[in-house]
Amino acid sequence: MKQGLFEIKENVRIAPDMYEMALQGDISAVTVPGQFVNITLDGFYLRRPISVHDVDPAAGILRIIYKAVGKGTEAMASMTPGGTLDVLTGLGNGFDIQRAGKNTLVIGGGAGAPPMFWTAKALRDSGRNVTAVLGFNTAEEVILQQKFEAAGIPVIITTADGSLGIKGFVTAALADLPAPDYTFSCGPEPMLRAVYDATACGGQFSFEERMGCGFGACMGCSCETKYGAKRICKDGPVLEKEEILW
Amino acid sequence: MVNLQTTLSGLVLDNPVIPASGTFGFGEEFAPLYDLNILGSISIKGTTQNPRFGNPTPRIAECTAGLINSVGLQNPGVEKVVTQELPRLATHYKKPVIANISGFSIEEYAACAARMDQAEQVGIIEVNVSCPNVHGGGISFGTDPAAAAAVTRAVKAVTDKPVYIKLTPNVTDIVSIAKACEEAGADGLALINTLLGMRIDLKRKKPVIANKMGGFSGPAIFPVALRMVYQVYEAVKIPIIGMGGVSTADDVIEMMLAGASAVQVGAANLVNPWACRDIIESLPERAQKYGISSLAEIIGGAHI
Ligand SMILES: Cc1cc2nc3c(=O)[nH]c(=O)nc-3n(C[C@H](O)[C@H](O)[C@H](O)COP(=O)(O)OP(=O)(O)OC[C@H]3O[C@@H](n4cnc5c(N)ncnc54)[C@H](O)[C@@H]3O)c2cc1C
Ligand SMILES: Cc1cc2nc3c(=O)[nH]c(=O)nc-3n(C[C@H](O)[C@H](O)[C@H](O)COP(=O)(O)O)c2cc1C
Ligand code: FES
Repeated sequence: MKQGLFEIKENVRIAPDMYEMALQGDISAVTVPGQFVNITLDGFYLRRPISVHDVDPAAGILRIIYKAVGKGTEAMASMTPGGTLDVLTGLGNGFDIQRAGKNTLVIGGGAGAPPMFWTAKALRDSGRNVTAVLGFNTAEEVILQQKFEAAGIPVIITTADGSLGIKGFVTAALADLPAPDYTFSCGPEPMLRAVYDATACGGQFSFEERMGCGFGACMGCSCETKYGAKRICKDGPVLEKEEILW
Repeated sequence: MVNLQTTLSGLVLDNPVIPASGTFGFGEEFAPLYDLNILGSISIKGTTQNPRFGNPTPRIAECTAGLINSVGLQNPGVEKVVTQELPRLATHYKKPVIANISGFSIEEYAACAARMDQAEQVGIIEVNVSCPNVHGGGISFGTDPAAAAAVTRAVKAVTDKPVYIKLTPNVTDIVSIAKACEEAGADGLALINTLLGMRIDLKRKKPVIANKMGGFSGPAIFPVALRMVYQVYEAVKIPIIGMGGVSTADDVIEMMLAGASAVQVGAANLVNPWACRDIIESLPERAQKYGISSLAEIIGGAHI
């Protein structure tokens, strides 16, 4: 974990209530896809945890994509380039891509889709076949489709109302795909549960919890697993399928 | 040169700054961040006789200048704390620590204290009679002078280490509880624990915290904590560890002027993992600014 001051290089709306922010600073602690950062916002006591969407090590830039859902993220949405943010980086275990098989699926739902981009690129770079399934409510909320395609990663879109791609939840797309050897997922808990139930192979699932600290100090984010209590912020946010108590 | 040294029941601390129980774990997450040996002491995570998972999540709710927690005393149990966590902490931290214990019966307090008594590393036993977020838990002991005194006597009976009773602010008259503990033989007092609080999620129209209520702490409670330390200092002769919202060196000095011999820092560690280091580093300069040459000399200095 590192603490640093990051300069906002970019902060743009990419879909209704969805923003992409580029932050420049010391990103040396950001090493594994699926990790998150914890951001101090003026006027708010607790930091806001947001997953790393992508990194550009040469430029010292990390990208986040966040949904404006409350006062803190709304305040972020109105920030302008040139401003600075106090950010804790290198938080969480991230996805362990070494455990993946040859044919891997990455699955992201809504605001859980962004971290799957870096994850999918890392899998691609490790020589695995990777396909992405991204689920949203409706066409106008769809993000990242072109970005995945440009990175040479096949992407299947699902929307709950059928306005783009396959109608239904991400699991609707799984039926038509060859069974993967391994999955990586991030999204709302009902989505994670549905993927867990719909897939026979191993996988890793990224969870959310309200956090006091984000680095393992307060026990605010604990969950029970097959191997005892784990902290979502430190021992997670990624849990292995076989340890999840569902 | 400002002298930062202070003393708690014969235990000499290099400085008065101590991370508060529950906000520093067993030091493990902070050891890579800075040299823990700069700390006056460390109050370890609240320990119970048996392992506890704690409360359901969400356990955390943000507030203006603070947070509510309802962790529910998650800990691995006293045996594991003594045989695993303390030895691990000893590799990072060479000074005596403060063992914070909790219980759901007088017998549990005594059992926990007796086990901690055997741990050489433990310099002080801090008895949490105040945890407001465990159903049927600490709250009954800390809100009744007779019950608080009974816990004090039971713990004193099983240990020769200094026993500090950690008081809850969720009472009408904290002074009467403080006096009852002193009369029962407490070597010192620690105050305050968290204030019982609550938030409601406007979208779900339900409490944010799974257990509905939890303990409110952070800078917002500083004036309440300071007032209670001030009042208790007037009424007792035993030393006080002051805490509640302390976030800066100035807060430490203010707490000591109110009557604290040492000061704990809680919530601040969560939002700034380097908070205790930052406070310790700025203490000499801040003390000098107010014409203070020795922190020990200002304890209770605000009283006439
Ligand atoms: C590990 C992790 C990674 C995340 N990654 C992303 C991401 O990449 N993109 C994205 O849009 N969102 C992400 N989230 C969710 C994001 O943290 C919340 O949406 C955000 O904290 C809401 O803040 P707010 O002030 O706008 O909302 P408010 O509801 O006003 O916040 C009040 C408090 O609740 C907390 N809170 C509210 N919702 C959540 C939530 N879902 N998870 C955790 N804490 C919450 C806030 O941090 C704050 O302390 C992530 C959450 C976690 C735990
Ligand atoms: C997340 C969290 C966990 C805590 N756990 C304990 C505990 O186990 N035992 C205890 O006596 N106090 C516990 N406390 C209370 C603190 O030690 C301290 O008394 C209180 O938070 C006031 O200080 P602060 O405002 O600096 O946080 C906890 C506080 C927080 C925020
Ligand atoms: S949020 Fe503090 S331990 Fe996870």
